[in-house]
Amino acid sequence: MSALFDSLSQPWPWYVAGPSIGLLVALLLLATGKGFGVSSSFQHICAAAFPARAEYFRYDWRRTGLWNLMFVVGMLAGGFLTGVWLANPEPVAISEATRDALAGLGIRDFEGLVPDDLIGWAGLATLPGFVAVVIGGFLVGFGARWAGGCTSGHAITGLAGLQKASLVAVIGFFAGGLIVTHLVLPVLLR
Amino acid sequence: MIDPTAVRPAATPPTGRAPRPEPLLLHFAFGLLFGVVLVKSEAVSWFRIQEMFRFQSFHMYGILGSGVVTASALIALSRRLGLQTAEGGEMRIEQRTWQPHANALGGLTFGLGWGLLGACPGPIYALLGSGVTVMVVALASALLGAWTYGQLKPRLPH
Repeated sequence: MSALFDSLSQPWPWYVAGPSIGLLVALLLLATGKGFGVSSSFQHICAAAFPARAEYFRYDWRRTGLWNLMFVVGMLAGGFLTGVWLANPEPVAISEATRDALAGLGIRDFEGLVPDDLIGWAGLATLPGFVAVVIGGFLVGFGARWAGGCTSGHAITGLAGLQKASLVAVIGFFAGGLIVTHLVLPVLLR
Repeated sequence: MIDPTAVRPAATPPTGRAPRPEPLLLHFAFGLLFGVVLVKSEAVSWFRIQEMFRFQSFHMYGILGSGVVTASALIALSRRLGLQTAEGGEMRIEQRTWQPHANALGGLTFGLGWGLLGACPGPIYALLGSGVTVMVVALASALLGAWTYGQLKPRLPH
């Protein structure tokens, strides 16, 4: 039992995680008829909690969105389960080159899943932390709804369906990420 | 003797299926499993996203690539086996609307946010559950972003 627990506490390699996600996508479609995606939950929460005159939020969110809201509540629970009982005590095993590059940008904290000095409550009071969490979060929500999906809906589900819209969106995702990583972060974290 | 209860009722007129109540516990369970995989694979980690955008490891590309291939193969296989969804629908990924400007510009906007926050929508929820409580701020910002998009939608290129 403790051997099983130890192996569950280890990080999972890509060849376990990727096929597991693919299996979940296919099983979700088979068992419930739903298309895998997370960012539409943002639209449903807005429609439910912050009703506005905009047509985008005027629909029956209980009928079309309740399933997706249960799905993201499940994700919270999955995160809790993993973070509390199956957490990996070691720092994330990123490559030496990445670690050096991030240390060069002034990242000091390599414990846990995120750098607390940037993505944390203390960091929020600093300009880099505010930009990363508050502006970053805003752009994720705005961009995902504009693009019609996020990593789960476009990069995994849409690409699995060989869809042109998803390919264009994913090229956009990477263009944005590369701009931030190579042009914005060196200035923001200097 | 003919048992009157054995008489088959007349076929119901083809008005379509009555809506089935959503299997909410099942949706919860799927979300839970997805959350576990995201955290255990470290796909929720800001460090892993940085590593990906610096092309310094295969890890994230392996997850995304093998996820796409597995989903695609399993759905193709279930079609070949003649399987249907629980609602009697075809095993097919729903067509996403082709809106070149929205897909490209929205995608670029999303990517800028992904690079900064190091988390896309799934990881925002999973990280929040795992105890990275500052993600509640990121979630509130993302909701404000989605709300703002809803207000501006008629004026944005699609």
